[in-house]
Amino acid sequence: MSATRRCFLRMAGSAAAAAATGAALGCASPAAATRRWAMAIDVRKCLELDGCRACIDACHQAHNVPAIPDRAHEVKWIWKEPFERTFAIEDPDTVTAALRGREVLVFCNHCDNPPCVRVCPTQATWKRDDGVVAIDEHRCIGCRYCVAACPYGSRSFNFVDPRPFLVHTTSEYPTRTRGVVEKCNLCEERLAKGQPPACVRACPGGAMLFGDLRDPDSEIRKTLAARYSIRRKPELGTRPQVYYVI
Amino acid sequence: MRNRILILAGLALCLAALTWPVWRALASAPAPAPSLARPVGATRCVAPVGFMRTSHMTLLAEWRDRVVRDGVRTYTDADGRVVTMSLSGTCLRACHADKTKFCDRCHDYAGVKPTCWGCHVVPTATGAIVSGPAAPSRSSRPGAAL
Repeated sequence: MSATRRCFLRMAGSAAAAAATGAALGCASPAAATRRWAMAIDVRKCLELDGCRACIDACHQAHNVPAIPDRAHEVKWIWKEPFERTFAIEDPDTVTAALRGREVLVFCNHCDNPPCVRVCPTQATWKRDDGVVAIDEHRCIGCRYCVAACPYGSRSFNFVDPRPFLVHTTSEYPTRTRGVVEKCNLCEERLAKGQPPACVRACPGGAMLFGDLRDPDSEIRKTLAARYSIRRKPELGTRPQVYYVI
Repeated sequence: MRNRILILAGLALCLAALTWPVWRALASAPAPAPSLARPVGATRCVAPVGFMRTSHMTLLAEWRDRVVRDGVRTYTDADGRVVTMSLSGTCLRACHADKTKFCDRCHDYAGVKPTCWGCHVVPTATGAIVSGPAAPSRSSRPGAAL
């Protein structure tokens, strides 16, 4: 009896170890764990192109983002916001003085510590190994906890069916349906093909820099090391990964 | 039990009325099977026809989870062919070009209303589709016809 029990325990132990190893190997996203995508925006270069909407149009076209005129229902992935509303810097300092009264580009910060992920009751939104805060629209139940949790207002809720408001529909990317939340996905569908995000590709002034923060030789790392940059609401501890080089 | 005849007759009538749709369906000829548009050029699906007919939704749900949650975008079928896991990009564009004559006909026949199309865009011949995911490689080996 004792021999049988010992055999059973040994077998169970080996099976558990094998399952754990297999799970660890099987669950890892391919080639993603070694990367940490981030974005740096050269604010001065961006401001030189006054009135430019190339990145916004490229993103919204690539992802079937509707143009809903009613501001209460509008959906946006990337847009421009007054500097004062973007960065709550109370004391006018000399560093950011030139940016006051101007508009800066804002979108999802793909935080290292994303509050939207923590509150999602269905795990419809989660942080991938490569840092992209993704949404699984199939799982989204439209509770809007994430919309409330995001301190940057990066998420939009589809109060109405977005399809009638699409200017240009591409079958390369799905639309959304009424009752789900959406936001910038850092063009994960393009990253999978080895392409940079659509906004970075579209920017005529080279003001948007995209790269891997874990690669010490990447251009974004070199730029961030060489120049002064700020992030939105760093005091909240969300560790946003969109850097504004000023 | 008084009024036995009335009660029994009433029960029988009630039963007949309730089961009327069943009797009518049994008496009438079965609905003709939907005629589905077969893909032009493609001879084999990623799985046997019998499996696809009954379980394509399971396969698509698995594809969905693999792509969205795991970031895996290609699927290797039993014959070793590698296809991009995409409903709009692979299924509809590479093989079943006319959704209305394939997906919809069978779904209408079966009386099901999948919600996939609420978001996934059906590629059209005139649609502004510039570039798509790689088309599935097709081997010349004959397989199960679709």
